[in-house]
Formats: sequence, C-alpha cells, structure tokens
Amino acid sequence: MKRALCPVCSGSIDEQFLQLQQLQDESSPNFVSEVVNIYFHESEKLLRNLREDCLVVVDKEFSDYKKMGIHLNQFMGSSSSIGAQRVRNVCVAFRAASEQNNRAGCLRALELLEYEYCYLKNKLHELFQIEQQRILAAGVRYPQQPNNP
Amino acid sequence: MAINGVFSRFKMLDKNEGVNNLSPFTDSHEVHVLAVDDSLVDRKVIERLLKITSCKVTAVESGRRALQILGFDEEKTSVGFDGFKVDLIITDYFMPGMTGYELLKKIKGSSNFREIPVVIMSSENVLARIDRCLEEGAEDFIVKPVKLSDVRRLKSYMFGENRIHTQDREFNKRKIDVSLSPSSDEVMSNQSSPSISPRSFSSSPTSHSPTFLDSHIRRLKTSNHD
Repeated sequence: MKRALCPVCSGSIDEQFLQLQQLQDESSPNFVSEVVNIYFHESEKLLRNLREDCLVVVDKEFSDYKKMGIHLNQFMGSSSSIGAQRVRNVCVAFRAASEQNNRAGCLRALELLEYEYCYLKNKLHELFQIEQQRILAAGVRYPQQPNNP
Repeated sequence: MAINGVFSRFKMLDKNEGVNNLSPFTDSHEVHVLAVDDSLVDRKVIERLLKITSCKVTAVESGRRALQILGFDEEKTSVGFDGFKVDLIITDYFMPGMTGYELLKKIKGSSNFREIPVVIMSSENVLARIDRCLEEGAEDFIVKPVKLSDVRRLKSYMFGENRIHTQDREFNKRKIDVSLSPSSDEVMSNQSSPSISPRSFSSSPTSHSPTFLDSHIRRLKTSNHD
C-alpha cells in the first residue's frame, strides 16, 4: 500500500494516512474520504484566517501573533492527524516565525503553506481518483453471473 | 497489550496465568469514552479509533461542553444526569476557551467526577506539559497523531481483564513506566507472543523505577519507525 502511495503523493503524506486507511472497513466504507473532506474544509477556513492574521500583523503597528499561533496549532494538529507531514512542518516553521515576531518570515511561511496545501490537495484528489478507477476495474474483472439476462 | 498486561499482572498477582488471557475487553459493560477536541478532523478520527476498539463514544468540541454533558454544574442536585456515565475522558490539550489541562483540573477537583480517568492528547511532545498533566492526575498523555495501538493499549491497561480500582490504579501507574516498552506497537497488532515479556523486562532499567517520561519518550521513539 505504501509503495503505491509514494509515487502519487511524493512525501507530502506519511504513514498516518495508512493508519486512516486501516480504519476504513465495511461498517465505515467512506471513512478516509470523509475525514479528508473535513480536513479540506477546515484547512481552507484556517488558511483564510491565517491570511487575515498576516494582514493584521503587517498593516498595523500593534502585532497580535497570538491569534496566528492558535490557528497554526489547529492547522498543525489536523494536518498531523491525516498524515499531511509537509503541511504540518511548514506550520511549525510558520509558528516559529510568529513567535519571533518576524513579519517577513510569516509572509514567506504563509506562501509556502498555501503551496504545500495546494499540492497536497491535488495529490489526494489524484489518489482518490486512482482508487475509484481501481474499484471500477475490479468490478469489471469479476465475471457476471451466468443467468444474467 | 501483552507486555503491559503481563508485567502488571506479575507485579500485582505474582502469577503468570495472565499471559495467555490478554483478550480484548470482554466485559458486558461497554466502555464509554467522552472525547473532547476542538478539531472536527481529530474528533472524527478518535471516534473511529474508539469505535473500532468497541468503545461507546461521545465526542464534543470543548471543555465547557464536556462539563455540561457530564452534568458538572448540576452535581449537587443531579437527578437528570444519572444516565450519562462515562468511563474515560480523552481530551486534546490545546483548545480555545478551556484547555484540556483546565478541564483535567476541574474533573480532578470535583468529588463527584475525580474518579473518571482523564487522558490528555497533544500534537506536541513538551515534557513540562506532560509533567504538569500527570501531576494534576492525568492517567496518560498521548502524542498525536493518535494511533490504533495507542487506543488499544489504553483500553487494555485501564479496562483490561483485571478491572483496576482507583487506589490500584495509582499502583499501576507506576508500573506503566516499565511496561511501556519498545516494540509495544508490534505486540499490539499481533496480540500473541508472551515470550516478548522477558525481553522487555530486561531492556528497561532496573536500578530504579524509570519515570513515566522515559517510557513515554521510548514509546515515541518506537512509534517513529512504526
């Protein structure tokens, strides 16, 4: 499974994603896609928040990095829960910059974060498509019952 | 959790009959876990992990909500909330509003609820944080991302065959440090090989009982190459 994963996702996800796949079964057949969709939804909200946080920090004299830290913690947590290792790592760097009140560093980190998130999203979509195709192909391979009119 | 079960049984019962009896929680009473996490992603994942290990789960998004659902404020006159019984609370550390640590303090500071074991989860391995939580009475501290092996281990030593009472739990907590040894994850998935226990026993320092932190770090190290 892992070997199939790597060429598609090129290191942007780690073995925690495999753990999620293990949690999927007949009683919860769409578990992974459900969790991933929730992750996308939450992440996009967090990214919007982080963009605003960065604007506040850059435009105003008074710098409130605390909010940024909260959003980053949330993003870090959910990213590690689905195995989005690279996104998580950028969050860590981002947070370090915010703790040092480093505006330029925060902006750079935000840019990188958006890039990594975008990359991840594309890769996961690809993965799901491949998975869908595999399921369809498997269905075609199984012969029909003889008494099928 | 073969190692855990075996070791604590050696200490507590001084018998080795427990070795082959490490089946999952077979009690008729289903373990009810209250999971607290502000992240919907994490709530989904922890819920699934707990359900797969045959626990009943209630997942809420904040400490406030958790206290509310436990009937915390109504403890003096609690009649209506008798039905909501919880065997374990598992909470994220970092949450807006009330943190997991604050929730832990509230629970442990209450005569009605302090018996409920509380486990803290955090996406960061900060020793000071772990220390603080354990001092305040947390049963365990899990570094996220939470894995199936973490949940199984937890369930096994807390609600395993020999149901542990509060005072014994204190005793068992000290045992955890030695029993949380390397390769616990592999053992978890195999759920066999009682022969592993001697190896794990010898691998842990015996001159003094190792602290929980040592074992926790060991567990982190092993989980890295999982």
